[in-house]
Amino acid sequence: MADSMFVSILSAAVSSGTPVLYAALGELVCERSGVLNLGVEGMMLVGAVSGFLTAVRTGSLAAGVLAAIIAGGCMGLIHAFMTITLRVNQVVSGLALTLFGTGLSGYLGKSVIGVPLSATFHQVPIPGLSSIPVIGTVLFKHDLLVYLTYIVVPFLWFYLYRTRPGLHLRSVGESPETADALGVNVFSIRYASAVAGGMLAGLGGAYLSLAYAPSWLENMTAGRGWIAVALVIFAVWDPFRAMLGAYLFGGIDALGFRMQVMGSGVSSFFLKMMPYVFTIVVLIIVTATAARRSSRAPEALGTPYERE
Amino acid sequence: MNALKLVFEKREAVSPAYKFISPLLAIVMSLVLGAIFLLASGFSPLKVYYYMWWGAFSDWYGISETLVTSIPIMLCALGVALAAKMLLWNVGAEGQFHMGACAAAWVALSMPGAPAWQVLPLMVLAGMAAGALWALLPAVPRAYLGVNEIITTLLLNYVAIYWVEYLVHGPWRDPVSLNFPLSAPFSDAARLPFLFGTRIHWGLVFALAAAALIWFVLGRTKWGYEVTVIGENPRAARYAGMNIERNIVLSMCIAGALAGLGGMAEISAIAGRMTRQLSPGYGYSAIIVAWLGKLNPWAVALVSVLFGGLLVGGYSAQVIGVTAASVNMLQGLMLFCVLATEALGRYRVRIVREVARAGKEVGVDG
Repeated sequence: MADSMFVSILSAAVSSGTPVLYAALGELVCERSGVLNLGVEGMMLVGAVSGFLTAVRTGSLAAGVLAAIIAGGCMGLIHAFMTITLRVNQVVSGLALTLFGTGLSGYLGKSVIGVPLSATFHQVPIPGLSSIPVIGTVLFKHDLLVYLTYIVVPFLWFYLYRTRPGLHLRSVGESPETADALGVNVFSIRYASAVAGGMLAGLGGAYLSLAYAPSWLENMTAGRGWIAVALVIFAVWDPFRAMLGAYLFGGIDALGFRMQVMGSGVSSFFLKMMPYVFTIVVLIIVTATAARRSSRAPEALGTPYERE
Repeated sequence: MNALKLVFEKREAVSPAYKFISPLLAIVMSLVLGAIFLLASGFSPLKVYYYMWWGAFSDWYGISETLVTSIPIMLCALGVALAAKMLLWNVGAEGQFHMGACAAAWVALSMPGAPAWQVLPLMVLAGMAAGALWALLPAVPRAYLGVNEIITTLLLNYVAIYWVEYLVHGPWRDPVSLNFPLSAPFSDAARLPFLFGTRIHWGLVFALAAAALIWFVLGRTKWGYEVTVIGENPRAARYAGMNIERNIVLSMCIAGALAGLGGMAEISAIAGRMTRQLSPGYGYSAIIVAWLGKLNPWAVALVSVLFGGLLVGGYSAQVIGVTAASVNMLQGLMLFCVLATEALGRYRVRIVREVARAGKEVGVDG
């Protein structure tokens, strides 16, 4: 009995961690190219609302997901234009993106608050794998968007560390001058990374509104975009560690929810605080110990590149 | 084959005329962009803008409400701006505001019979202390361990808001409130007095005093000089023997105290009891305001009034069906436009006609 509850919390951790994982992967790619984007929260919200609106209008989940990806990409493009072309301070532009995205999503989503979706993502247990005890239930009884992360994470890792374009992307984030001198196009790589980051954040938002919730609520991301930014630091810019971090966050979230349902006696508001407090504590620990490890942020993170 | 191409050329210095025009240009740009969104969702932008202007600035009542709304924004934004002088991003004004309001409410609720001269100063102190403490939590790890304060201050906002929710749903809920999440109303002694027969309250005096104080401290004192140097060149400041860590903690705490004071003023003068709807995001608007005001306290105060007007105007535009969120969108757009126009001031935009083979360039100043 206790065992099955443990399994169900782990399974909930994976689905709760998935939207954060998408957003964190997007931020990771963007930061690897040297662009800090603090607009994740806004990009997720715009993705969530665009996906939901499209799914309601067309009745198609695929169209919804596509719309969320495009909308997130457009948000990423705004940030890219501001920070790469106009060389605006990346922190301020990211904050502006979050504030704008929060407002825009609330504005766009007003008409669909409380509207149900005709189709939502269902669990699709993977034949064979899902019958493995414990692991089968935890990892292989989810919807397609969860499975997609199982492909995206290793792909990203491979792309970043084992391919030439991935090497170029990292070099642009470490030393744009050197990369430029070697003939790598710093501007287009940074643009592409920022847009790809936005697309992934949009997809994370769509997971919330189309699969996890599934509904639209104003500010439904509730800080997950910021948690994603923190996760990238926790993950020391590594996709697999981002996955681990996202599931850790998801676990805390799921545990709190479970305790709330069971009536643990602890006020539900304290349980809702847990993921935020947990993220802050982890961030402090990771930062404090990072100095002693070799891991660190991309060298050129946050600095605009100007060709002399 | 001719191709037209936009070329950005760096200017030596921003032209003085542009410095004056750029804020206006930014406002016009954001209104135009906002109009596109409004048009796309079937509203007449002119009508919406007219309603907003009419609600916020057309008569004395509108102006007074605009000032009332600008008070919490101003206090939060002054704090954000002070911290930003040291390159600290206090995205946590919203949480500090809520904690300040909580502490003030705690004083008010636990001294129901006390006279105003006792309870109000205590509420001010408690509000400022709570805001400062809430800012201290991220300030210490930032100063001594280098923990990113943007993320920690922001995440603490959620914690603070859940704390308020806990109080009004749990221990502080007024038994006669019919299950609404509200505390008992404060005694009259715990209400900050209004001024000029409007809802403008003493918070405005606090805010203007804070602006004056910050202006004086930054421009005229040794500590203000340290803050400026640390913000502009931390390495030089370190060589000069300035204690950067202590100054980080100090300026964050002052920022938190100001936001906390904003929370105290709002709950004492306007709400009169603890509720969960104290702020429509004053702490977030404050970030935009601080930046638009170029971190100058007087400019911040002025821009706060503009943003107060934007919020009040947004309320009156709701009459014709525009949602409150459109104001947030407009605020975000405004910040983008300001950033863009500022950046453009650093460049001369030229339209270059690229003539194939012959490398002749025809430039047009823009």
